[in-house]
Amino acid sequence: MDNEKMEKNENVKLDDAQRVRVLSPGMMVAKRFFRNRLAIVGLVIITVMFLFAFLGGVAMPYSQSQVFYRTEEMRKDFAGATEITEFQMFTAEGAELPSDINSKLLIAVKKGEYIFESRSGAVIGLAKLSDSAYLIYGTESVNEPKIMMSQECKDAQEAGLNWFVYNDEIYLVEGQGAKGKLYRGTELAIACKASVTAYDPATSFSFEFYKNVLTAMSLGEKEFESEGASYAIEQEGEGSAMVHTPDGGNYAYISNMNINSFIDGVFLTPDFKELLIEAIAAGEESFEYTDAEGETDTYMVSEKNKQYTVKRYQNTRVIDTYASPGKEHLLGTDGNGMDLLARLMYGGRISLLIGFVVVIIELLLGVLIGGIAGFFGGWVDTILMRFVDIIYCIPSMPLYLILGSVMDFYKAGPTVRIYMLCVVMSVIGWVGIARIVRGQILSLREQEFMTAAEATGIRVSRRIFRHLIPNVIPQMVVFASMEIGGVILAESTLSFLGLGIKYPAATWGSILNAVNDSYVMTNYLFVWIPAGLMILLTVLAFNFIGDGLRDAFDPKMKR
Amino acid sequence: MTKFIVKRLLLSVVILFFVSMIIYGIMRCMPTSFVEQQALTLSQRPGSKSYQEWLTQLQAAYGLDTGVVQGYFTWASQAIRGQFGDSWYYNQPVVQKFSSVIWYSFALGLAAFILEVLVAIPSGIAAARKQYSATDYTITVVALVGISLPSFFFATILKYVFSVRLGWFDLYGIVGRNHQQLSDIGKILDMAHHMILPVITLSIVSIGSLMRYTRTNMLEVLNADYIRTARAKGVSERKVVNYHAFRNILIPIVTLLGGTLPSLFSGAMITETLFQIPGIGYTSYECVMQGDIPFVMFYMLFSAVLILVGNLIADILYAVVDPRVRVN
Repeated sequence: MDNEKMEKNENVKLDDAQRVRVLSPGMMVAKRFFRNRLAIVGLVIITVMFLFAFLGGVAMPYSQSQVFYRTEEMRKDFAGATEITEFQMFTAEGAELPSDINSKLLIAVKKGEYIFESRSGAVIGLAKLSDSAYLIYGTESVNEPKIMMSQECKDAQEAGLNWFVYNDEIYLVEGQGAKGKLYRGTELAIACKASVTAYDPATSFSFEFYKNVLTAMSLGEKEFESEGASYAIEQEGEGSAMVHTPDGGNYAYISNMNINSFIDGVFLTPDFKELLIEAIAAGEESFEYTDAEGETDTYMVSEKNKQYTVKRYQNTRVIDTYASPGKEHLLGTDGNGMDLLARLMYGGRISLLIGFVVVIIELLLGVLIGGIAGFFGGWVDTILMRFVDIIYCIPSMPLYLILGSVMDFYKAGPTVRIYMLCVVMSVIGWVGIARIVRGQILSLREQEFMTAAEATGIRVSRRIFRHLIPNVIPQMVVFASMEIGGVILAESTLSFLGLGIKYPAATWGSILNAVNDSYVMTNYLFVWIPAGLMILLTVLAFNFIGDGLRDAFDPKMKR
Repeated sequence: MTKFIVKRLLLSVVILFFVSMIIYGIMRCMPTSFVEQQALTLSQRPGSKSYQEWLTQLQAAYGLDTGVVQGYFTWASQAIRGQFGDSWYYNQPVVQKFSSVIWYSFALGLAAFILEVLVAIPSGIAAARKQYSATDYTITVVALVGISLPSFFFATILKYVFSVRLGWFDLYGIVGRNHQQLSDIGKILDMAHHMILPVITLSIVSIGSLMRYTRTNMLEVLNADYIRTARAKGVSERKVVNYHAFRNILIPIVTLLGGTLPSLFSGAMITETLFQIPGIGYTSYECVMQGDIPFVMFYMLFSAVLILVGNLIADILYAVVDPRVRVN
């Protein structure tokens, strides 16, 4: 507007003072500031940081403490299978076996002496069905040559058996021919290296059934009768067989493997066992099985010292820790399964907020105390400045550490920690600005404009706040912009040491804290690099601005 | 001059008195103090006395059964006679522990200081000679980045690059695994090798301020009238800078560096902790965490003395280096 007037008013001379556009001191500073490239860069970074922290947090769909989960296919143990190498006892109803039956049985089988005495004195007899199946009898010695000479006995001896049935009673023979001793047996149990599984989990077998099925199995018979029903046996390879009911349905499964489920409440069906045994026999490493719900899974079989383990992939819900950056989490997740980008945003809020709050408190305290000391001088100045000296001498870092551990002890919440940190940092930090303000005011109050102000008779408070303080503003602004950076740095250092702001609230320092785990430092760069860059960029930007402001306020320095 | 120094020394004593009182008060208010922890541990042993009994006994043993004010004066009266008591955490006299760790910190500080001076002053001068050139901007940005770098972040990057990726250095510690098998010279070299990363961290983080200080002062000197005179009479540019200008920037720089000399002993708490260098910074960090009052008191007081001595040296040097000050 001025220029237009000038152009119209042609008769104004070239060196007329009106022709020179006069800028206010503030404008001059702004103009010089915006000419500084670094300061502009700083300003842009700070603006972006503010948008990132405050608007980004709003726009972000996740919160800072939201934990994410993922489902993972984990190979979990499903079942175990072992070849049965020890005798399994199926005891008759009401019968009691001697306590040392297992060891005695092994010795007897090894020596081929089928009548033996247990520790308790009971005489036990074994009727051999096959190498891996014996019937166990409690015996009493009988001396009846008639039975000894009977046809049944002879048949049995010819067949190489040590037992026979006579008059519906079982007799055991020790030795050959006439020298042999005869015993009458009462059923105690059947010992067998096999397991019997019912097809229907509700079915339980009687001893009678065990005895009949195992006897038939050992003797290689195709069918047998038990409790008035007849069953058929279908051999299915070494040591395993399927028992069918007369109508052809599956009834039970016999195998020489002991197969147990590793998961509580899971009943392993004979079908599964059958498939597993086939797979083991064929040496296959995996097989497919469709369970009762119709789901087909692949089961992996691994063998170690004749112990077979069946594993299966199962979906498990786990916390999504250290997920790599991707579509869902742009910067990945941290060790607690929280989104890092969201935490960076919320952390930025706290870091920036602490920086501003602390510096504002510092400025208030510093200007007040520095101003009073500088203006009044004399003993007021001496006392206040000695006080400043004392605070200046207290090492700040140990003090912050002490504060951190005090708050740890009281288990202070994240909000309380933020407030306390702000208060303590400003109580320690105000002395710097107090010294600057005092020095400036000491020299200003001797200048002529202050004498003039005093001569007009205005109030002391007005002289300080209207005439002196505005002259200290340049120093205050420069100090503030540099100090914010320093405060952010100090806060992040504390949080890094785990003594500042704590989980679940995030700050940039506490995100970086993860590098204390060397594994994270080495393998998950995306966890700590962005947080560190954030701190660096923000502090750098504040320093750029402070630097630019200093040059703008004090052009002498620049030249 | 003597009067000035005596006055400053007397003032320092008064300041130290108040500083130690404040620190003692804060330390005594710490709820998680060493004694409570000890009492808790001891009372949990089988067949032990109750927590309260242990606490009373330990507090009496450690001299904490008195009030804060009385406790402070007890401590102060012994401290004046040079008796700083035993460190609770390390179980040995504070001064003995201190003298066994301070040299690590001093070596670290000295190496970083030398590196800092060697890099910062020439680059500060170079920046000032060509103001607004690319060199100037680069050096200014580097200096500000150094000031803005969080030391723990920079240390982590160094560790990642040089220890993890390249495998040149160990991640932690001051000695290597086979330190005991090495010869005497080998031992020193081994320790020096472990100091490299901490020294780089420390110097990069603190290099910026000296660089900028040098640049600002050089700019001021280069604009002085006597430099113009020197150029006018045809002295070569090299001689102007290295002889006329350099001598004059020595005044502020020597004053600044003299003031920072005592801080070579103060240790670097963060850097030492990050690299687990057993210097005074790391040791006192451990003690602060454990609530070891005698050691922390000694360390804080020591730091305060260093700050006061630094200020005093700076003031004295200012008068020594610049004869104009002495005249007034």
